[in-house]
Amino acid sequence: MSNIPSDLKYAKTHEWVRVSGDAATVGITDHAQHELTDIVFVELPAVGRKVKVGEACAVVESVKTASDIYSPVSGEIIEVNPTAVNNPALVNTEPHTGGWFYKIKLGNAAELNALLSPDDYRKQIGG
Amino acid sequence: MLKRTTLYSAHQQLAAKLIDFGGWEMPVQYTSITDEHLAVRNAAGIFDISHMGEVTVSGAGAEGFLNSVLTNDIGKLAAGQGQYTLMCHPGGGAIDDLYAYQLSEGVYFLIINASRIEADIAWLQAQAAKFSGELKLTDASHQYAAIAVQGPRVKEFINAVIPGASISAKRVAAVTDLKKNEIGGFKYEKGALLVARTGYTGEDGFEIVGSDESILQVWNNVLKLGQSFGLKPAGLGARDTLRTEVCYPLYGHELNENTTPIEAGLGFFVSLDKGDFSGRSVLAQQKANGMKRKLAAFKMTDKSAPPRPHYPIWANGVAVGEVVSGTQSPSLNLGIGMGYVPPEFAKPDTKIEIEIRGNRFAAVVVPKPIFRK
Repeated sequence: MSNIPSDLKYAKTHEWVRVSGDAATVGITDHAQHELTDIVFVELPAVGRKVKVGEACAVVESVKTASDIYSPVSGEIIEVNPTAVNNPALVNTEPHTGGWFYKIKLGNAAELNALLSPDDYRKQIGG
Repeated sequence: MLKRTTLYSAHQQLAAKLIDFGGWEMPVQYTSITDEHLAVRNAAGIFDISHMGEVTVSGAGAEGFLNSVLTNDIGKLAAGQGQYTLMCHPGGGAIDDLYAYQLSEGVYFLIINASRIEADIAWLQAQAAKFSGELKLTDASHQYAAIAVQGPRVKEFINAVIPGASISAKRVAAVTDLKKNEIGGFKYEKGALLVARTGYTGEDGFEIVGSDESILQVWNNVLKLGQSFGLKPAGLGARDTLRTEVCYPLYGHELNENTTPIEAGLGFFVSLDKGDFSGRSVLAQQKANGMKRKLAAFKMTDKSAPPRPHYPIWANGVAVGEVVSGTQSPSLNLGIGMGYVPPEFAKPDTKIEIEIRGNRFAAVVVPKPIFRK
C-alpha cells in the first residue's frame, strides 16, 4: 500500500507538490516510484526555465523505460535537486523527501485548487 | 485476450508485474529487474519460458531437410547434442534464430522464439512440402511448457530437483554431468523432462521442457530447493538486461527478415561448406565481400540516460546508424547497447555518440560480450 503524506497535494500523473509560501517543491509519489522500480537516471529542468502546468519538464528512467514528468503547476524553476541526479535510487527510497526533483516559484496559485487531496489521490490509485 | 502459460497462477501468487509480451501475459519482473538480474549473475534465477515454441522433425530425410533450411551444420550433432542456428529466407535475411537438438538418430527437436512460431512453422511447412525425403514435421508448441534455471549456483541444487540418470538423448548419471549444449531426457513424477545445458543469460544453467503438469512441478521444486542458494524468480525485464550484457541477439532487434546473420556478427553459426541452404548465396557473398552494415556493441562513456532501441548513432558528426538494443547495465552500472553502423565504425575503440532526446552523448564501441566475469 502506497505512502501518501497528508501535507502534500497530488497530480493525476503521480507528481506531488509541497507548498511553501509562493513556492513549491515537486517530486514523484511513492506509487510512481513503485511502478517504475529501479530508477537509474533522472533528468531535471534547467534553473530559470519557465514551465506551464502539464508541461513535460523532467524525465525519469528505470531499467526498462523512460517516463516523462509533467509539472503539476506553472512557474519558474528556482532550484533542482543534485542528489536525485547523482543518486537516482534515492527517488525509489525517499520519493517524498530526499528524492525531490525541483523547486518552483508559483506562477498561478489558483492551480493548486485543481490538484488532488491525499484522499482523492489514494482513491485514484486504488490504494 | 492474452495467452497465459501454465505458470500464470504462480506468477500471480508471487505478485509479478505482468505485461503483454507478443500476445502472452508474462512477468516483466517480480521484485525489481536489478535484483533479479544480479541474483542470476551471483546465485540463481528461474524464468518461465513456456511461451517459446517447439518443433519436432523426424525421419530418414530429417537431417538433409534441416541442413537445407538452417545455417549451421546439423550433421555435426550426435545424439543428445544441440547447436545455436538460424533460419534464413533466400535473400539471406533471418526468419528466426533458434536451438536445434538431435535427440536420437533421425529425431530432432527445435526450440524457437515465441514471437516467430507462426512465421517459422509456415516457412518450415512450405519447405517440407517441396522436400522429397521421408520427413515428419510437427508444431509441438502447444504440448510443452518450459523454464530456464540460470546462475552459478544452479549446479549446487539442480540434481536434487531432477534426480537420477537420464533415460534418453545424452546418457548421463546426473543433470550436472550434461556438458554445454547437451540435452538429456529425465524421468519425472508428473511426466518426462528434456533438460538442456543451455541458456540466454551468459551464466551456467539449464533449459527444461516438459508437459504443463511436469513443468509446474519442477518450478515449485526449484523455488523450494533453490531458495537457500539465493534463487529468485526472474522476469522478462532481467532476461533482457542479462542477454544484452552478453550481446545475445533478440529477434526483432538484432535480427529480422531484413538483416542477415553475417551483419549480426553470427558468421560462426553459418556453415557455408556443408552444402546448399536457404540464403547461402547471399551469406557467402557477404562473408567474401563485406556488408553495408554491421552490428556493434557499445558502452556509454559520458554520464547519460540509458541508450534505447531506435536512438540514432552518430560518428564523426554524422548520423550513421541506429541502436537496436540498449539498457542500463545492472552489472556495470552504465548504459550499454548494440546497434547497426557502417562496418568502418564497428571496430572496437571507435568513438561514437548516441543521440538521446535531441542531445548527443559519448560512447565507445567495445568487443562482445560487453560484460564478462
